[in-house]
Order: sequence, then C-alpha cells, then structure tokens
Amino acid sequence: MTTAVLPYERKMETGFDDGDVAVRVDDVVKTYGAGDSAVVALRGVDLEVKAGELMMLVGPSGCGKTTLISVIAGILDQDSGECRVFGQDYHRMTAREKTRYRGETIGFVFQAFNLLPTLTAAENAAVPLLINGVPRKQAVERAREMLAKVGLGDRGNSLPAHLSGGQQQRVAIARAMVHGPRLIVCDEPTSALDEHTGKRVMELMRDVALAEGRSLIVVTHDARIFGFADRIARMNDGRIESVVTSM
Amino acid sequence: MNFVALKMLVGDRLKYLALIAGVSFAALLITQQASIFAGYTLRTGSWIRETTAGGADLWVMDPQVEFSEGPKPLADTALQRVRGVSGVAWAAPLYKGWLECRLPDGSKKRVRLIGIDDATLAAGPAQMVEGKLEDLRRDRAVIVNIDDAASILALDRAGGRPLRVGDRLDVNDNESVVVGTYRAAKEFFWEPVVYTTYTRALSFAPRQRRLLSYVLVKVAPGADAAEVARGIKNATGLDAHTGHEFEWITAGYVLKKTGILINFGMTIGLGFVIGLLVAGQTFYTFVLDNMRHFAALKAMGAANWTVLKMMCLQVLTVGSIGYGIGVGGASLTGAAFHSIGLAFQMHWLIPVLGAAAVIVCCLASGGLGMLRVLRLEPSVVFKG
Repeated sequence: MTTAVLPYERKMETGFDDGDVAVRVDDVVKTYGAGDSAVVALRGVDLEVKAGELMMLVGPSGCGKTTLISVIAGILDQDSGECRVFGQDYHRMTAREKTRYRGETIGFVFQAFNLLPTLTAAENAAVPLLINGVPRKQAVERAREMLAKVGLGDRGNSLPAHLSGGQQQRVAIARAMVHGPRLIVCDEPTSALDEHTGKRVMELMRDVALAEGRSLIVVTHDARIFGFADRIARMNDGRIESVVTSM
Repeated sequence: MNFVALKMLVGDRLKYLALIAGVSFAALLITQQASIFAGYTLRTGSWIRETTAGGADLWVMDPQVEFSEGPKPLADTALQRVRGVSGVAWAAPLYKGWLECRLPDGSKKRVRLIGIDDATLAAGPAQMVEGKLEDLRRDRAVIVNIDDAASILALDRAGGRPLRVGDRLDVNDNESVVVGTYRAAKEFFWEPVVYTTYTRALSFAPRQRRLLSYVLVKVAPGADAAEVARGIKNATGLDAHTGHEFEWITAGYVLKKTGILINFGMTIGLGFVIGLLVAGQTFYTFVLDNMRHFAALKAMGAANWTVLKMMCLQVLTVGSIGYGIGVGGASLTGAAFHSIGLAFQMHWLIPVLGAAAVIVCCLASGGLGMLRVLRLEPSVVFKG
C-alpha cells in the first residue's frame, strides 16, 4: 500500500524563506460592488501572523474580519496590496495553483461546522484528504486517528446529526487538521457553542492544532475566548486598529 | 470524491427517490410510447409480411397505390405481361376487396376478401389452425382468421360464439362455407380477413371492368430483384416493390394520413418534458440545499472540475437507475399487455434513443445547478 505524502511531511517546494512569518498582508484593499453602491471592506490592511501563533481577529460586525480571512485563505481576491502565505503570493498563482495550494496548505473551521450530514464523522474528517487524492480507505483511517486526537475516537461512525454541537465542531477541527495544513483559519468557531464547550474547543485547538507548529487565525466576537490567543488584532471599518499580545 | 458525491446524493432519501421517480417516469413514458408506436407502425405491414412469406419477391401494382389497403385494380392482361418480363420465375394474381358478409346469425360485417392464386395457393396464410389451405379448392370454401372468428366475426346474436369451421357465410350475397381457420400476426387495420381462391373472389366481387389488385412475382434464381422490378416497370408501366419496400410505403402513408404520429410524438415529447421538469426541479433543489457544502468543498481545495465531476456522477447515477427502472417498466408493460393484443415492439433503437433522451434530460436538468455551483464563490462559506 502506498502512503500519500502530506504537505507538512515534506519540505515545501515553495520559496518560503521568511523565517517565522506565516502570513504577511501588506496594504490590502478590497471593495465590494461598484459606483455609488460600492462598499469598501478592507482599506489598506497590514498584518503579520507568525508560524506557530494563534492570532485572533476581533471587531464589530461588518468591520472586514471575514473579508480579511477570505483573502488570507485564498478564496477571495483583493483589489490591491499583497497577501503572502508562507512566502507564496496568491496573485502570482493561477486559479488552479491557488486551489491546489489552498487544499494542501490551509485548513478551515466554519461557524456552522459545514459537515456533510450524510457522511459519518470519520468520512467528514477525511474530506480534505480525499480532495488531495488520498485513497478513501487510507483517508478514513487517518481521519479516525485525527478524531482520536480530538477525543472522538469512538464516534467515527456517527452521523453529524447524532453528535452534539461541541462534538461536531471537534469533527470540524479534525477535518481542518487531517491533511497537515500549515495554516488553519477559523470563522467564529465557538459562536454556536455554550461557554464551557467553546472553551474546551479552544483548548483543543491550542493543544492539538498549535502543537505541530501550525498557525491559527481565528475570527471571533466571543470575548470569553480572547485569552486563548497569542495576539489579538482589533479591526474597525476595514482597518487594523491595534495588534496586542494577549494577557 | 466519487464516494462523497454518492453519499450526498443518497443521503436525502426523499429527494433521491423523487429524482429517480422523475427520470424513471420520463424513461417509461418515452420508451413505452415509442414501443407502442413502433408496434403499430410494424402492424401496418403485417399482411404484406405474411403474404410475402409465401415466397413472392415483388409486389406489382398500379403506380397510384399509396398503401396496402388501397389497391387500384389492374387489367387482367397485366398478369400475362408481367409473366413475360425477363427474370420472372412465376407471377400470381391477388385480389383484395371489401365486401359485405352476412354471418350465420344474420348480422352483417364488412370483411376484407383476399383471393389467392387457384393453382398454387401462393400467398395464402402460412399458419393454419383448423383445416388445410388446400381445402380452399373445395366448393364455396373460405377460411377465416381465428382471432377475427372469436371477436369481430363472433355470432353476437347467437350468444357470442365464435365463427367456426362448417359455418355458412354470405359474402356479397354469395353463399360460402368456412373450411378452415388460420393464425396471423395482428394487423393495424381492423376489418376481418377472409381468404378464398382468386377465381371465387372474382365471382364474389361486385362487377367491375378491372378486378386484379396485385400481381405477386417470384424472381428467377440468379436474377436481381431490383433489375426485375425495373424491367416490369419498363414493360408494363406498373410499379414493382419488394415486400419490405411496400411495408414502408404503407407505414409512411398511415403515419402521414392519420394522427398516430402526432399523438405518439406528443406523448413521447410530454414524457420528456415532464421528466425534465420533475428531475430538473428536484435536482436544482438538491443543489440549492447543498450549496454551502459545495462552497465548503471548494474552499477546502476542491477544484471546479472535481465538483463538476461529482455532480455529473450524481446526475448520471440518477439517470442510469431511473432509465433502468423506466425501460424495465416499459418492458413489463409490454409483456403484461401482450396477451390482450397491445401493439408493443421494443426495437433496439428505442432503448438507445431513450437513453439519449434521458441523458439530455439529466444533463439539462443538472446543468443549471452545475452552472450555479461553478459560479459559486467559496468565500460564501464564511458568510454564515
């Protein structure tokens, strides 16, 4: 049986030579619409996320947090400025290269979990591996190992509907990590969870996700979890107002 | 990702079954109606086929003949002139006329009287049930179709018993006696058929200057039928067609002059449209319901091509299963109603064209959803 080599297991073939910087955003501008109805979502954002760091993006609704992580994740194109992820500039990639790079390098945790309801927990967690071409059996096996790491080793065969909100988000975290991405972006990962569960999920993210030297960018409103961040970037009206080290 | 696509598809049982049902219904309607249409079309040539099976290679007729049931009588001399054409091994006269017939119970029916060559009995029914074809040489003898004897020619005024051997008929006021019954393939045309000899048929028929309907020709060994047909045309001015050609001429006439083609065409078209609408509506709803999942897959690195392949697999799976159920259902319908005489002929081309229609139906219904997913920005996953 051949074993697929995952991105974090091999030396990056990219020109990453930026030391400990995972993400560098320089003067990024993004506008939705045009003319009178144009809405400027990002007004020249500068941000740096270090490797192995948990960075939180906070700020009021509509301040541009989601737009910024979409640009960082390579699922939205900025109008101007530069966004480099592990030294790679999305603007220099074709759409196909960007999709592939995203699939190998970035993991996603969504607010609404976005688990496929008809797939078991293990199958859901295996999706990024399947996208990257890992054979099904091998992918599900690895997904089960990852589920065990997030404390769901015995729930691999459960459908999402049979799991609690916290368990579903843990499956989502396993899915975000299973293919060994170097960056995980999380959109409001605790907003659908109660305080206790939310804290447990964040503990898990710190303990498991950061343990392998990954970087995490978490968009959140939830002040209860600010304490889990290494640094907090506060946004307002499309700009980064401040970046502070968490206490 | 095929596995993910299939699990997404079958996960929502209700939608999955609705999709299958839509495509099955379309496939059933398309193939069943097309098969019945083919069955009826084939039946228009039944009599020609059975008659040709008697050994004739060519049918000689007036050039104005448009179909088998509309013979234009020829001069008696036509028979001899055809016999004189090079390449003709034998030529036999054939009479076909519509006469009134009084049954033993006194009821009157219009029958197709067929008069076959007295000497050779060529072109007589191939499958006798009671009696022998040679019995036609007996005095005033006729033979009848066994299915007609039990249905149209049944003696309604005598308790509905079938007409049988020994019964006496008056064909155009000429007394005759049933000496046999035969079985033949069902026909599109419905008047009962009564066979007798050519000479007797002429004596039954109303007085006319010309009474010869067709001349049946056997081509001599080694001669080319098309060449002989041209020779007959040149020598007599009459048309000569092979049985197969005559079948197509008849079928073409019936399709052109009746609403059968339009009716079946509309039903087949309706099946296609209904299938398209049901499958399209359901598949589009399925896609809309799964839009955020497709967006998540795209965000996680699934290329547009991968997502497209997933959706094609879903559409083709539904299409294949629906098509199988539909064609199976159509075949079962054909088998179930065969005994009551349903004209059903599933020519190999029908399932092939049915498959093409189902593929078009599925791709058209899935196409809109695919277009939406292809245009879907993966960033929508972050918008709640």
